[in-house]
Amino acid sequence: MIIELGHFSLILALFVACLQAAIPLIGAHRRWPGWMAVAEPAATAQFLLIAASFAALTYAFVTSDFSVRLVVLNSHTDKPLLYKITGTWGNHEGSMLLWVLILSLFGAAVAWLGDNLPPTLKARVLSVQAMIGVAFLLFILFTSNPFLRVAVPPFNGQDLNPLLQDPGLAFHPPFLYLGYVGLSTTFSFAVAALIEGRVDAAWARWVRPWTLAAWMFLTVGIGLGSWWAYYELGWGGFWFWDPVENASFMPWLFAAALLHSAIVVEKREALKSWTILLAILAFTFSLIGTFIVRSGILTSVHAFATDPERGVFILLILAVFVGGALTLFAFRASAMQAKGVFAAKSRETALILNNVLLAVSALVVFTGTIWPLAAEMFFGRKLSVGAPFFNAAFTPFMVAIGLLLPLGAMLPWKRARVGRAARALLPAFGLALAVGALAWTMQSGRSTLGPVGMFLAAWLISGAAVDLWSRTGRGAGRLARLLRLPRADWGKPVAHAGLGVTMAGISAMLAWQAEDIRVMQEGESLQIAGYELRLDAVNREQGPNYFSTKASFTLSRDGREIATMLPEKRVYPVAQMPTTEAALDNGFLRDIYVVIGDPQDNGGWAVRSYYKPLANWIWGGAILMALGGFLSLSDRRFRVAAGARKLPQGVPAE
Amino acid sequence: MRRLILVLILLAAPALAVQPDEILDDPALEARARDISAGLRCLVCRSENIDESNAGLARDLRLLVRERLVAGDTNEEVVDYIVDRYGEYVLLKPTVDGANLLLWLAGPLMLGAGLVMGGLYLRRRAAASEPETARLSKDEEARLREILDD
Repeated sequence: MIIELGHFSLILALFVACLQAAIPLIGAHRRWPGWMAVAEPAATAQFLLIAASFAALTYAFVTSDFSVRLVVLNSHTDKPLLYKITGTWGNHEGSMLLWVLILSLFGAAVAWLGDNLPPTLKARVLSVQAMIGVAFLLFILFTSNPFLRVAVPPFNGQDLNPLLQDPGLAFHPPFLYLGYVGLSTTFSFAVAALIEGRVDAAWARWVRPWTLAAWMFLTVGIGLGSWWAYYELGWGGFWFWDPVENASFMPWLFAAALLHSAIVVEKREALKSWTILLAILAFTFSLIGTFIVRSGILTSVHAFATDPERGVFILLILAVFVGGALTLFAFRASAMQAKGVFAAKSRETALILNNVLLAVSALVVFTGTIWPLAAEMFFGRKLSVGAPFFNAAFTPFMVAIGLLLPLGAMLPWKRARVGRAARALLPAFGLALAVGALAWTMQSGRSTLGPVGMFLAAWLISGAAVDLWSRTGRGAGRLARLLRLPRADWGKPVAHAGLGVTMAGISAMLAWQAEDIRVMQEGESLQIAGYELRLDAVNREQGPNYFSTKASFTLSRDGREIATMLPEKRVYPVAQMPTTEAALDNGFLRDIYVVIGDPQDNGGWAVRSYYKPLANWIWGGAILMALGGFLSLSDRRFRVAAGARKLPQGVPAE
Repeated sequence: MRRLILVLILLAAPALAVQPDEILDDPALEARARDISAGLRCLVCRSENIDESNAGLARDLRLLVRERLVAGDTNEEVVDYIVDRYGEYVLLKPTVDGANLLLWLAGPLMLGAGLVMGGLYLRRRAAASEPETARLSKDEEARLREILDD
């Protein structure tokens, strides 16, 4: 019964979404307040209905209702409760339901928080948001219905993919979707502005928090995914340039660009049409990401749920929305006249450069991702594009961004004297050079990657510190003023320093990690990067829904014991899949990473151990970036948007 | 129960990436083998290289790479040997030839285009400033002349 109710409320949500898409749009066009006002309750109702539907599905998973096909395919009574809950979205149908749930949540949030939006803009935004909802609700109901029953319920389910039974991966999709789908809001704002034919500072101020929120969630989602890969896949890789990873990375890059260009629109009323285009592109790439993941058109490790028919449907959605938005853009872009005037040496220029680098790097990732497809279709060549290509083609962009960022961030608006900003940054630059040189001398003739990465990281971090310090003015009491700075003033340097921290982690790990592969008998020890690792024992154990081979290692340095490490190899009998559970000793400056392998003929065990310098910095930096976004988002000036409210609905673009 | 566990574990046990028994005695050769392996795709996997993959085929390829190295092949010869047998699909880094030039040049070309477009926009914006500051009304010009003449 509950399942049918869930199914029914999903269908009802579709009808509500249809109303929400049509009526406010007409109302906004004809200036009928009553029709425009439909949008708000409709958005709330749509959200509640989809939430009820999602709750029904979760209920089916938690109670192991094996009359539901999806539960049979993806759950098992022996599974721990947490993974029964997360199993709701650990499959195609459930994850699409989560997608529309988040979509309607963002729609409802615009309705709830958008009191200061002009009524026509608000009606149009909610209408566009509902159109996306209609498309995806249709997609779910016609191609991926999670509520289908089975005629003869089996005794037990087929279990969730064991790789997904992990806290890191369990919460990776919701965050990623909050990011992906959050970009739908900026898309809706962009399309609504195109319909209105008006983009001004107030519009940018309304859009920026949504972009910031989406980007922040994407950052966390991508970070979680990469952290999961690091400890779960068994050799400590953290990024594989897999099509599905690229699918989440491209929207992140575009959202980062959009974040910066929206600042120019807000402060200087320039870059308007470019910002609109970016907003459209960012969501386009979210849809492309969905398409890549859900169609399985590009084979990848993440192909949990792939089906070409669904791919065609999403492609259709993509064509309609992107095609429609771009057509609208082509007609209206000329109406977006820039107002702000600025010299070549200015913050505006720096931000344009930032946008060029971010957007082109995203397009490079895109080109590499679809190249195998293009090469096969047009040139009949079956080839691969993998990590070596992306490392070579993408890294230069990040190096350029790292080099330019601290200087660009310090330039004043409108007209800048570069020399002045450069003088303030001189100590930071000196420090960075020193750090780079130190890294160079300490390593023994290996690649330039490590020193360059350390230089960039130190330059970014100390540059961010200088930037923050420069906001405290002159004279006494600077420290006190530092603490009283508005949160957005903190957000920017924190996020920029986070990028530096991540760069440090990536380059140190790639340049200086040490690896040891060998056969060990119980009681034997090995040396890695100055640490001693002793294999004490190997035991067989049984978990709730798996069997395990568990090894016990003692990690010590200079005879002092540091930690006991317990790597495991698990076999999930129902899913017939093995997983490796690496043991990690996390440290500020390094991780020690141990994996237990197969038993050998002579009674020993294959053991792989790694020394991974600065590993945690990769995700620490991601956390800092997200924190920077959060600080800016929580700034009072954003929340109030008081200036915008008092403006008589902005100024029309001439 | 214990035997069942053991049987299950042995049945499903994946070979974990590079195995201890695969490693060559000569560290220089082994380093070259690892280097080559990182650029070769595991054909049955999604986007893993053979150095990281657990698949049986990846192990066969790893052993093949080492066999060729021991036989005295250069790195290029080893890669060519494998490409001859498995096609260019095994290369994770596409060759720089023919249509692939498009792929490799895409980045620099797009960057160039982006910079040119950004530059043009900047010039327009900077030029837009000139009339605003340069344009004075007749009265102002007269007043300016007065001041300058004084």
